[in-house]
Parts: sequence; C-alpha cells; structure tokens
Amino acid sequence: MVDGIMDSTIVQGFIQAIELIVTGNPEVVEITIRSLYISLSATLIAGLIALPLGALIYFKEFRGKQALVNILQTLFAMPTVIIGLFVFLMLSRSGPFGFLDLLFTPGGMVIAQTILIIPLIMGLTVSALSSIDREMRYTIISLGASSLQSIVTVIKESRFAIMSVILLGFGRAISEVGTVMIVGGNIRGFTRVLTTAIALNTSMGNFPFSIALGIILLTVALGVNIVLSVVQRR
Amino acid sequence: MKPKIMLLMAGIAVLAVIAAMSAGCTEVTPGNETPNATANQTPTGTTGAAGGDGVLRIATTTSLENTGLLAELEVMYENTTGVDLQITAQGTGQALELGQRCDVDVVLVHAPPLEEEFIDGGYGTDHRCFAYNYFIIVGPEDDPAGIRGAQPEEAFQTLYQLGTNNTEGVAFVSRGDNSGTHSKEQEIWEAAGYNYTEEIQNSGAWYIESGRSMGETLALANEEQAYVLTDEGTYLSFRQDLELVPLVEQGDELLNRYSVMAVNPETCPNANYAEAVNFTSWLTSEETKQFIGEFGVEEFGQPLFTPLYAPQCTEPPFNCTCAENVTA
Repeated sequence: MVDGIMDSTIVQGFIQAIELIVTGNPEVVEITIRSLYISLSATLIAGLIALPLGALIYFKEFRGKQALVNILQTLFAMPTVIIGLFVFLMLSRSGPFGFLDLLFTPGGMVIAQTILIIPLIMGLTVSALSSIDREMRYTIISLGASSLQSIVTVIKESRFAIMSVILLGFGRAISEVGTVMIVGGNIRGFTRVLTTAIALNTSMGNFPFSIALGIILLTVALGVNIVLSVVQRR
Repeated sequence: MKPKIMLLMAGIAVLAVIAAMSAGCTEVTPGNETPNATANQTPTGTTGAAGGDGVLRIATTTSLENTGLLAELEVMYENTTGVDLQITAQGTGQALELGQRCDVDVVLVHAPPLEEEFIDGGYGTDHRCFAYNYFIIVGPEDDPAGIRGAQPEEAFQTLYQLGTNNTEGVAFVSRGDNSGTHSKEQEIWEAAGYNYTEEIQNSGAWYIESGRSMGETLALANEEQAYVLTDEGTYLSFRQDLELVPLVEQGDELLNRYSVMAVNPETCPNANYAEAVNFTSWLTSEETKQFIGEFGVEEFGQPLFTPLYAPQCTEPPFNCTCAENVTA
C-alpha cells in the first residue's frame, strides 16, 4: 500500500517534471539560467586568477612549494558550507566588506563560488602542467625564452588539460549547495539557483519541481562530462 | 619568504575580485521580475546603499514560506507597489540574527520572547502582530504514548518518561534550530518542569533533533512515526502526505503569534526603513488581513492563519499592537 503510493509519487513526479521541462516552465528556465550565469562567472573569474597562480607555482622553485601544493589539494575537499560561512561573515553588513552590500546577491554568490574553486583550479593546473614533458620546458628556456614566454608556451601546450581543469571547476561550482544557500539566501527570482531550489521544493513536498530541476542539473553535469571526455581524447 | 609572497598575491587577487564584483553588482540583476519597478512606487527614503531603490529585504520564518502564503503576498505587494521584495526564509532565531547584523530590513517572526529581546536590544522597531494560529502536537494515529487530548505539559511529561524508558514506538522530533517552533517547544518543556538543555537534549535516542525546516521535520517525523510539535499552518498544508494526526490541540500556551518588525534605523542606518514602514502598513491593512484569513480555504478546507484585529490583539494571550499605523 505504502509502496504503491511511493511508486506513483515517483512516476507522477517524473511525468510532471518532464512536462515542466518540455513546456519551458518560466520558473524552471529562469532558475536554470541564473545557475549557469552564476557558476560560469565564478569559473571565469576563478580561472583568470587561479591559472596564472597555478602556473607560477609550477614554474617557480621555492621553499615550501610541496607544502603549498599539499595545502591546495587539501582545499579541494573544503566543505562548501565553511566557505559559505566565511563569505557570509565577510559580506554581512556588520562584517568587513559589509559596505559593498553584496550579501544575498548574485554577486556575493559568484564571489563565494570563486573562492570555492580557486584552490581546485590552482592545484589541478599544477598537475596539468606537470604532465607536460619536462624536456620541452628545458628546450623552451634554452631557446632563450623569458619566464613569461615560457609560461605562455607551456600553458598553450597544455591547453586541453587546462580546459578539463576549468570544466571540473565549473562542475564543482554548479553542483554545490552550501555556499549559495548561505550567501545567496535562496531568494525567489533573485538568488535562487538549481541546487537551492531543489532543497526548498523538497522541503515543501513539491517533488515534481525538484525532480525537474534535478534532471536539468544532471543534464548539465552530463554535458560537462561529454565535453571533458571529448577534450581529453584529443 | 616566497610562499608568503604567493599567499599575498592570492589575497590581493581575491580582494580585486571582490572590488570588481561590487562595481558590477549594480547592473547585475538577473531575474528582475518587475521591469517597471520604479514606475509607480511611493517615494522611498534613500538612505545610502540600502540595497538600492525599491528593494526590501525580508528575513522570515520557514512556516510562512512552507505554507505558500508568503509567495502570494510577495506577488501581491510587488504588483501593487513595484517594490522588489527579497525574501530569505530562515528559522526565527536566524532571521533575528540577520536583522541584528543589519543584513535585512524587515523580519517576519513568531517567537514573542525572542522578539521582545530584539526590541529591547535596540535592534527592532515598529513591532506589529498580524496573524495567529496554534501549535499542535501531532503523532502516530495509534498514539502509543496515549497523549491524545492531554494538556501540552502533561503530554510532554508523558513523552519524556516513556521516551527515556525506551518505550517501543515513542519518539519525539524537535526542530532543534532555534526557530520560533523550537523556541515554543523549549517553553513547554520548561513549563512542564524540565531544564531543556540539561534534561531534554541528549537524553536518549527518543529525542531527535532534525535541524531542518518545519516541512522537512514533519516528513522526518512521518518516516519515524514520531511525535512532533508543529504549527497548524504547515501541518495543514502537508497533511495530504502525512500519516500523523493531531493529538494535542488546546491550551493558550500553544498560541502561535506572527509578527512583523522593521530593523531599527538607528542601529542600522543603511536599512531601507521607509520601505519597511510601507510594507508593515500594507501587511497590517484590512485588505491584506482579509486575504491572509482566506488563504488556504480553497485548498485545505480551512484557513491556515487567523488575522489579528484590535482590540482583541491587545488583550491576553496576544498582548501586542496590531492596529496603530506605522509612520517613518
């Protein structure tokens, strides 16, 4: 009896979810676009910061380099809620950056996700560059390239590996719920994104809507993975 | 030395991003549902940044959001005034904390003792109650603890005794999140003669703290076939998915009073106080109260909230202001 009810909830939920997606329900579309917008922005900014820094760590020899790389790798697993808490306290009107008025705004969410994926992109950039043949690096330097030129050349050579790094960063950003819930506040029509909308609608027992957003989120993740494997096969 | 330089550079980069975002944030307003936002709005006191013109930030309890009432009120208000309401649903404790930190302009809450502290602390002003319903204790149909029809304190005493004796089928789910409902639960434990933090919390497997919204807590209690204290509104709007039935629903101590407060502009000069006043006046107007009183009748067969009117609201057990106009 109870199982029968469960089954029909799931089945009906799926049918309604497909309807919501196919008919282009405005709220579903809006939330999806906002999610993509925020996470793409965060990935772009994080990439601009973390790629050069990652490259710098790879090229420069300095004491504590291995320790720094270890720290970065530890930060890959940084719980999203801790980043959320940190950014919340920073951006709160009574916090040090309160005057920017960014708490509970998409801008604040972009900052939080950027901070979240910077260590990931930095660390993986180091690994990606390490996979480039060392010989090539010595060749570049022996040809008289400045350090900037050698950085640019090696990054160019490893562009597909770097692209996978960026896609992984994007995947982590769009699928996380911790920072965007705390920093964004899940405000309808303003800061509500795929993951926070799923959490809310599940708590409200509105399963078809949750399932619909879940399907979209999975599709985005699948798309990223397909692109990733195509890139890696090259 | 060099790792320090690296860290310094990373720090500078992060600061640069924050600065860049702040510059960009004024035009970054995706999902702005009211393109004609400034068309017919009443003049607002533009006190500094204040989240911009025509934006009002509200922190609210999860019960108002979970029942769906707030979504309807939001649409009504935005359509009539053009003001963009930005509503974040948190437990009452967290909502008040956001008000205290000047992160919102208005709080909608339901925990009279916490509200009083908030006002006394100088964080809130223009306190108006606007509606009420009752808390109820719901539980499994067969009621293994036998609390049906009891007074709330008696029911809690029975649950404690049976629960700590590991009686089969007796468990209680608490919100455990400093929400208005959790605050009420603690009041009842204290009234029943227990020290909440020492005797109730960590007193055994029977006492489950969910740490989640009212809707999720009801779903959890339903899975566990446990007893739970809930507001009437959320229970009614989730009833179709629940096997739990109301067991205790009487007594003034179960009153659930909803209030609105503006964040004190003296404590938070950046708060959008003028708009907060407009919103409070609208929320406590006859028309809005009538709407609140009719909300849910069609879907659930009975109203989820009862609007409060003077002079009833000034008398026990309400003891609050609901009629006086709010002016900036």
